[in-house]
Amino acid sequence: MLKKLLPFVEHALKAPVWDCRMCGQCVLHSTGMTCPMTCPKTLRNGPCGGVRENGNCEVIPEMQCIWVKAYDRTISLPLPKVWKEHYNELRPPVDMQLQGTSSWINLVTKRDQQVPDGWSVQGSEH
Amino acid sequence: MSVLREKLENTNDVVFTAEFPSVDGGGMVSVERNAARLAPWFDAVNATDNPAAHAHTSNTTTAIAMKMFGLEPIMQIVCRDKNRLAIQSDMMGASLHGITNLSLLTGDDVTAGDEPEARRVFDIDSAQAINIARIMGEGKYLSGRSITPAPDFYLGAVENAAAPPFDYRIQRALKKYRAGARFLQLQICYHPDRLEAFCKGVAEVAPDLKLIPTVVLVKGAKGLGFMNDKVPGIDVPASTMARVQSASDPSVEVNKLTLELARHALTLPGVRGLHITDFRHDGSLDLFMNDLGLTPKS
Repeated sequence: MLKKLLPFVEHALKAPVWDCRMCGQCVLHSTGMTCPMTCPKTLRNGPCGGVRENGNCEVIPEMQCIWVKAYDRTISLPLPKVWKEHYNELRPPVDMQLQGTSSWINLVTKRDQQVPDGWSVQGSEH
Repeated sequence: MSVLREKLENTNDVVFTAEFPSVDGGGMVSVERNAARLAPWFDAVNATDNPAAHAHTSNTTTAIAMKMFGLEPIMQIVCRDKNRLAIQSDMMGASLHGITNLSLLTGDDVTAGDEPEARRVFDIDSAQAINIARIMGEGKYLSGRSITPAPDFYLGAVENAAAPPFDYRIQRALKKYRAGARFLQLQICYHPDRLEAFCKGVAEVAPDLKLIPTVVLVKGAKGLGFMNDKVPGIDVPASTMARVQSASDPSVEVNKLTLELARHALTLPGVRGLHITDFRHDGSLDLFMNDLGLTPKS
């Protein structure tokens, strides 16, 4: 029941504020409360090389690049230090199986931390 | 072993790379002709992957053809057209044919090309693609399935030193370095100050990340305007535009400008070579290389 209901509640709350796309593996806390899934290229690890001189998106010229926004907000918003430290981490590929599910449930069950068996990260992340 | 890796990792030689012209018909003869033209000047040349979101002969087959004619490829893979399965099979295909230099990049959006109605893929991003290539080089696919023996890759990436958010570009380059990139070809940059800040910032943290800035040979003010207006992420300062426009011979002035940018780039920390994009195709490449003090390899 909760599994069916929560995605609706989550979407109703997060869509108006963050334009949430229900990827089911929310990383808002680490991206200055800016949703990377709203990037037309859905980039999870920073901006592409096509950002315009005025900081706007290559694809949607009238929209500020979400990674420019994320960077500004990470610096300026009073977010917890640990969240800010997560900004530079190498985020794994999106798990398409989680599309449409509640990231709240996936957070609690740690399902959103599951990565493919081969995935590993090297070096300092922060 | 790749000449590019040998030179960058085991010598202090400056390397020169270029773009291989897209193949649209013309057959192997055209590949042979272009390989012969580029081989005297370049250590390795990029086999592009549908550049500017235009369909062309595929990255892998172009790289194989280049290799057949003695030109060392840097095979590019962009994230726009293929999902993670196809990208891993591109990498394995490259390895099967002895292609070791890979460059992983995001790719221009489909709207930059001539088929804007196409579905954009971006299943993974460039940092993830580099990390996956590194993992494959250690003997397994992303799924964990083993690859024996592991493919031998020399990994590169691309970064735009001159696009916002400027400070963050350094961190993004370092993220790619941590993922496994050993060299970075930098996007064309008409802001020497931004390039300098970027190279210094990167070299401070990762002195062994090899930086290869790009200069481009254009014909004059019109070409420069095209770069500014049409190529995503490229900005030509108004003063630079004015300098070329108001020159008595803009074609000579733009060459002078390119030479200045190239010489400046080569003085920067971490810089180990130059990537040269030739949009002129009129023989000025030889002149430019001579002006840089180079002579063709025999």
